[in-house]
Amino acid sequence: MSWIDLLPPFILASSLIPGVMIFLLPESRHDLRTTLNMASAVVKVVAVGMLLAVVAGGRTPEWRWPLVPGVELLLQADELSLLFVTLSAGLWLVTTVYAVAYLEGSPQRSRFFGFFSLCVSATVGIALAGNLFTFLFFYEILTITTYPLLVHRGTRRALAAGGRYLAYTLSGGALLLVGTAWLFALAGPVDFVPGGGAIDELSRTRPTELRLIFALLVGGLGVKAAIVPLHGWLPVAMIAPAPVSALLHAVAVVKAGVFGIVRVVYSVYGVEAAGELGVLPWLAAFATATILFGSLRALVQDNLKRRLAYSTVSQLSYITLGVALANPLAFTGAIVHLVHQGLMKITLFFCAGNLAETLEVHRVSEMRGVGRRMPWTMGAFTISALGMVGVPPVAGFVSKWYLGAGALQAGHGWVVAVLVVSGLLNAAYFLPILKTAWIDTPARPWPERPEGRRLETAWMLLFPTLVTALLSLLVGLLAAAPFSPLAWAHRIALTVFAP
Amino acid sequence: MLGPPELGWLVVAPVFGAVLAFLLRGRSWPLVVLFGSVTAATVGGLVPSIADLLRFGPLHYRVSGWGAPLGIELALDGLSAAFLLTTLVVVATATVYALGSLRPAANAPATPSAPISEGPQAGTFWPLWLLLWAGLNALFLSADLFNIYVALELVGLAGVALVATAGGLSALRAAIRYFFANGAASMVFLTGVALVYHAHGTLDLALLATRVAPGPTLSTALALMSAGLMLKAALFPLHPWLPTAHAVAPAPVSALLSALVVKAPVYLLLRLWLDSFRPLAGDPAFTLLGTLGALGMIWGSSQAIRSERLKTLVAYSTVAQVGLLLAAFPIVASAGTWIGIVFLAVGHALAKAAMFLASGGIAAAYGHDRIREMTGFGVRQPLCMYAFGIAGMSLVGIPGTAGFVGKWLLTTAGLSGPAAPWVAVVALSTLFTAGYVWRVLAVAVRSAPTPSGDLAVARLQSWPALLLALLTILLGVAPNLLGEIASVGIPSGPGGTMP
Amino acid sequence: MTSFALYPLAGVVVLTIGLWGLVTRPHLLTKVLAFNLTATGASLVLVGLAARPEGGTDPVPQAMVLTGIVVAVSATALALALIARLSRVDPGAVESSD
Repeated sequence: MSWIDLLPPFILASSLIPGVMIFLLPESRHDLRTTLNMASAVVKVVAVGMLLAVVAGGRTPEWRWPLVPGVELLLQADELSLLFVTLSAGLWLVTTVYAVAYLEGSPQRSRFFGFFSLCVSATVGIALAGNLFTFLFFYEILTITTYPLLVHRGTRRALAAGGRYLAYTLSGGALLLVGTAWLFALAGPVDFVPGGGAIDELSRTRPTELRLIFALLVGGLGVKAAIVPLHGWLPVAMIAPAPVSALLHAVAVVKAGVFGIVRVVYSVYGVEAAGELGVLPWLAAFATATILFGSLRALVQDNLKRRLAYSTVSQLSYITLGVALANPLAFTGAIVHLVHQGLMKITLFFCAGNLAETLEVHRVSEMRGVGRRMPWTMGAFTISALGMVGVPPVAGFVSKWYLGAGALQAGHGWVVAVLVVSGLLNAAYFLPILKTAWIDTPARPWPERPEGRRLETAWMLLFPTLVTALLSLLVGLLAAAPFSPLAWAHRIALTVFAP
Repeated sequence: MLGPPELGWLVVAPVFGAVLAFLLRGRSWPLVVLFGSVTAATVGGLVPSIADLLRFGPLHYRVSGWGAPLGIELALDGLSAAFLLTTLVVVATATVYALGSLRPAANAPATPSAPISEGPQAGTFWPLWLLLWAGLNALFLSADLFNIYVALELVGLAGVALVATAGGLSALRAAIRYFFANGAASMVFLTGVALVYHAHGTLDLALLATRVAPGPTLSTALALMSAGLMLKAALFPLHPWLPTAHAVAPAPVSALLSALVVKAPVYLLLRLWLDSFRPLAGDPAFTLLGTLGALGMIWGSSQAIRSERLKTLVAYSTVAQVGLLLAAFPIVASAGTWIGIVFLAVGHALAKAAMFLASGGIAAAYGHDRIREMTGFGVRQPLCMYAFGIAGMSLVGIPGTAGFVGKWLLTTAGLSGPAAPWVAVVALSTLFTAGYVWRVLAVAVRSAPTPSGDLAVARLQSWPALLLALLTILLGVAPNLLGEIASVGIPSGPGGTMP
Repeated sequence: MTSFALYPLAGVVVLTIGLWGLVTRPHLLTKVLAFNLTATGASLVLVGLAARPEGGTDPVPQAMVLTGIVVAVSATALALALIARLSRVDPGAVESSD
């Protein structure tokens, strides 16, 4: 085994070991804790960079760890893994900066950052998983490590939200376990193969069982992927501190669910088998329902984070829908939306966090004229919101374009209608926020920024927000460039839909 | 294959230790030396025996060189070895805890955590403790039914007396109740043994495996023995004696009782139903066992969720987990391999001992174990919280723990055969268990802490629990450490015994 | 043949009476007596089944019963010690257990 095979577990260890160390730190050692956090995030990004270089050079790192005879943990780096792990590592670094500033002065920070690091380790494990068992392994660990972050504030409401989160995600996990074990019992360890097809034989001999397994797997994954009616945990999870909502509930946890669905459909079942079994129309139906339901519910939310949460519910199912259409263009749109939606949504949540931290603003109705008090934050918000609506050249437009094109190519024109309607709904719940923030006059004058402060809020809160907003803009503007997420998604689609 | 003579130390060392402990009358330092010696002797007995086991297969050993039927033969196979190792680890760790929690005076207020260490009763705790250990070792090494009976009695009576060492009215009443349940069970068991002897003229387990054939005498015998064992294992509906007994006992005693004393009958049921008496055990019988197990799991979990006191919650959890173990019997019967249930049992032993030791630490810090009045204990007793949490994760079956390995093995085994409904029970147990584990953790994390809970808790009381909990993780990521040992001598194939 | 079956059957009857008493009688000392009945019943079954039709008896069950008697005696002693202490702490508890 050469050193490149050790890269995947190293990337995992780069946050796992510091995480355990952070747990042991006394609460008072702020600087050491922050240093550990930052260092591990940077190391991880560097390691991911090395992984990208290695794979670009044509090597295929692979790391196996046998558990019981016949079952092993497998970490590998195919194109899809690389996309997700890069997204995760990059956004983690940004969020770490944000979280350190946001939680300034709160109690129990060692516990928080300890679990924070464990979460990213689990997410990396999910990204680099090479078979369904490994995916399940880290998926469930992610559930458990996010819980303490969710209930960090320890209030009654937070604990109730945490209980609900666990009820949903553990139930989903049970379904996922049964589905994975069943598939294992039928087909042995099923390694992820781009384009799937490992179970083609079985799909002909035992179609009913495979359909049931698909339902179990997607049902289990659908909880985190917030597919209606399994989405109920997400809006109440907004009680968590803003960094948690931003990263975990807008990017990591929910993306793990959707990523899992991509894996199941494209790396396990494969397009042909899934098509033959007839399961994809069902998936498309649920996804469509979720897109519309999420947008409708977002319309009536006054609490800003809850509105964003329902928007997430809706936007995630764009990805699910793209997956279900089984068409290269739609698939590209779905995969690239993984990245784009992540960037845009994290920006929006960072902004929400800034508003809450600086001005104690939690509701849209309290945001009157806030654009003049916090122009940079609202600027970032505006960019991302327009991207969500689908206004070019921000990222969201690109993904929707591809989804629509793919749908038309596959002969599903109705999808375009859904995209248009949901785009209008997005506008209906985002544009009023922009109007309120920029145009309305505030009921009371905003508290002035403290003497001597040049920036509208702490720089560690503002800087990550601007970075992600800028990225959302750039990935859209430079979508045609060879190193853009879109190009990457193209490449992945090529490996999956090989002729 | 004849085992090494050190095998006998496993029983002899604790017995001699018990006599010496009685003479020492509870003086601290000599006790530590004594325990160290007994532990060393046990390790010295186990290590060569397991080495031989791995090299040569199942071993037997003739005490004083006299063979059956008049002499006593001991036998060691993979199953016994797994339980013996678990016993060693749990007893050693609980001993450290007990030594660290000695109460200074017999008149000190009774807290649900510490045994009396000085005064006239002190001389009885440690001898009983060592006798319990001797009995457990003897039970796991027994090769014939009468030896099993004697060992069961030793374990039972020592357990009863240890419950009473907590002092106070409720401990006495619980001990007396336990005594009667245990006594009735033993007598019923003995009657079954009598019938077996009458039918076949031998009580040797290995010989019986070759001679047993379905018939009314033997079926009655098996039913009687099983009834006795089920009562001792507190299988629903024969469980009411357990929650009070385990809740009221001193914490280290509860740890041994729930982790080991209750496991011994389950181990015996495994031996009888899946090894020696396999031809008699038909599907209806397994279905009955499984159903009672499932009911026990549901009932125990719901009572645990509703418990007012922490130790009662953990005690009901034992009822639930024993139910789960029994519900797995149909799966083991159809799959023919018991590795899954071994992991579940060992995992539960480690986790349950950790939970009781952690509960003891928390109770010592607060002076009571009422759950509602210990909110926020995570801040004051973080080690106990982590120990409880990690142990809880193993019981729930989160990947990375021994419990998950067990559940995965059982789920895959069950889905490849006709035992599918029982897989649902295993999957459901995840959710039920999470219910009461979450309840305790939510109390721990609550940000409105009860203004107490600072009574000094000796280090020796916190670390053992965490150590045991971490062991479940060790077994979860490196299961082959145990798996290889436990596989020696497994009956191969459905309904088969080793040729 | 019937006379050989008499003792084991009687043992089962005694065992059953003992179990019934153990479960239904509230007074703790009565429960101890009932426990002794179960032990006696089990022992009687063992010894009764030790009879050999062709004459003589099988010594192994008799050895087992000796052990059983020792166990029953020790167990009874333990139970009585616990009950004695209980009666010192709460005199009424002995008459009616929960």
